[in-house]
Amino acid sequence: MSVIIHKDTKIIIQGFTGKMGTFHAEEMIKYGSNIVGGVTPGKGGQKHLDKTVFDTVKDAVKNTGATASILFVPPAFAADSAMEAADAGIKTCVAIVDGIPSHDMIKIKRYMRRYSRTEKMTLVGPNCAGIISPGKSMLGIMPGHIYKEGRVGIISRSGTLGYEAAQQLKNLDIGISTSVGIGGDPINGSSFRDIIEKFETDDETDVILMIGEIGGPQEVAAGEFAKENMKKPVVGYIAGLTAPKGRVMGHAGAIVSAYGESAIEKVEILKQCGVTISKNPSVMGDTVKSVLEKI
Amino acid sequence: MDIHEYQAKEILASFGVTIPRGGIVYSPETAENKAREIGGSKWVVKAQIHSGARGKAGGVIVCNSPLEVAQATDKLLGKKLVTNQTGPQGKIVNRIYIEEATDIEKELYLGLVFDRSSESIMIVASTEGGMSVEEIAKEKPDSIIRSKIEVAVGIQDFQSRELAFGLGIEPELVRRVSETIIGCAKAFSELDATMVEVNPLVISKQKQILALDCKMSFDNNAMFRRDKVSELRDKTQEDEKEVYASDRGLNYVSLDGNIGNIINGAGLAMASMDMIKLAGGEPANFLDVGGGATPEKIVKAFRLITMDKKVKVILVNIFAGINRCDWVAEGIVQALKKIEIKVPLVIRLAGTNVEKGNKILKESKLNYIEASTLEEAANKAVAALK
Repeated sequence: MSVIIHKDTKIIIQGFTGKMGTFHAEEMIKYGSNIVGGVTPGKGGQKHLDKTVFDTVKDAVKNTGATASILFVPPAFAADSAMEAADAGIKTCVAIVDGIPSHDMIKIKRYMRRYSRTEKMTLVGPNCAGIISPGKSMLGIMPGHIYKEGRVGIISRSGTLGYEAAQQLKNLDIGISTSVGIGGDPINGSSFRDIIEKFETDDETDVILMIGEIGGPQEVAAGEFAKENMKKPVVGYIAGLTAPKGRVMGHAGAIVSAYGESAIEKVEILKQCGVTISKNPSVMGDTVKSVLEKI
Repeated sequence: MDIHEYQAKEILASFGVTIPRGGIVYSPETAENKAREIGGSKWVVKAQIHSGARGKAGGVIVCNSPLEVAQATDKLLGKKLVTNQTGPQGKIVNRIYIEEATDIEKELYLGLVFDRSSESIMIVASTEGGMSVEEIAKEKPDSIIRSKIEVAVGIQDFQSRELAFGLGIEPELVRRVSETIIGCAKAFSELDATMVEVNPLVISKQKQILALDCKMSFDNNAMFRRDKVSELRDKTQEDEKEVYASDRGLNYVSLDGNIGNIINGAGLAMASMDMIKLAGGEPANFLDVGGGATPEKIVKAFRLITMDKKVKVILVNIFAGINRCDWVAEGIVQALKKIEIKVPLVIRLAGTNVEKGNKILKESKLNYIEASTLEEAANKAVAALK
């Protein structure tokens, strides 16, 4: 069974009837994801895309048995929606939305501390492409067809750079077990370390490709975790070699403000942790291939 | 979003932080009156730009008469100040803050930031005020004390007391220092700040606790609920092209090189810049048109890049997902009917319907160089410079 989501995972869409929610729900349904309904407060009881709309996440969970949700609500309401999902017993929630205030993200994470480890929801994102387990399920906004089924796990902050990697692998006839976009925000639901740990115990994944960037401590934390606790090989690429210090590079979290946060420093630390570094973004696929050949 | 020192001072004062008497002026004439209004016999004239290290750049002048205040204001207004934080182009001085001079006994450092490791608000304090926090961390790391705010309940009195005692504050002044720390923490939490810095926080000879220089930054993502804060934005302090971009929903950072680039997605944009560098070139900018790369955004992006006179080659790199390459290609063709490009143009499309996309570009009779991989795109862009 793949990590996080699998073929039968029951998914609801939060912000179902909006333009974004509708468009991506259709894409996910086309891909084969098991969408069982959606939530738009005030539209409960209506049908949308042949699925039932509920007023609250609790109603949706009670009536459909959903365990996963994906948020297409505007940034101002996203924190509220994520907490609603956590409280309704959703196990995996993907927040696609870009623009959630950092103070709200801190609140969500504090709120989730009220649940025990086994009850706690895995929040992925915000500002991310979501999760895909090729051939099984897609809980995200990526172009599903570029992901070939296989045994490489991908974790990426960036959406399009993650697609680039998937395409490079596909061109080399290498497939992916699961790809997780953790998003470009400074405070996110799941870190590189959180996901890398899941991949280590996933019997469908042989090697992990970690696509990081400048800013924050997460890539290094994942590298240190890999060094201490992992048997599976990890390949890494860090974007932002040319990024000037102190400037935000598109992603709110992509800013170098402390030692160890620049691309050069992260690469050095990851190397010491035994991570195989992809020298440039054009050879992410080739680097994974060479590591796979050694297994 | 950054704001000026005087704006940060006004905000912090409303949260119970004591600041020296002062006022903002826009002309030498009003400066002289303002100095009289403030009173005293010594004033500090401070250029208001979005940068630290203004003193070293000549942006802070101590004056002994209202006439001197007027002269100093005249000298600074309209001047471009270059500090180690502004870049070589400097920042223009349009506002002057006049403040009564303070007899300093001791300078402290107080800062609040998001700590990404612990995902909380961290208070950082040091007895070594007046230096930048980087300098303190390097030269006097032992002087730094920290305290984490639990956001669910906010800062607690004991935390501010611990910090005050940790700074070696004499007992009768501890309460005022505590109140200052609590005020800064409340301002941080209640206004969606990302940084509050009081440096130096001083103890005056008269035993007052005063915020002598203040800086605040705010979360751009939270401006939808912070009308009053967003009104404080001063676009004259930002790069002209970056203002143009942010007003049009583009993520843009101006850089020093000469290869302009238009890319979808921040990570892919950084990666493309890296490839340019590895190929021996220098990027002129970071520009993310958003994952979707809509035709409207592409037009705006070309307008923006052609505004930059440094640009000698343009590199377009779009990885189309659900937005297909054919649709993106149509967008590029439409954009280039509206905007004339006088420099070589390299286009790399990848992803969904890439063949269709490239066909549309070819049939459009557009004058461009096609590339299929990231590496090829960067190499061709650098080669086109010659």
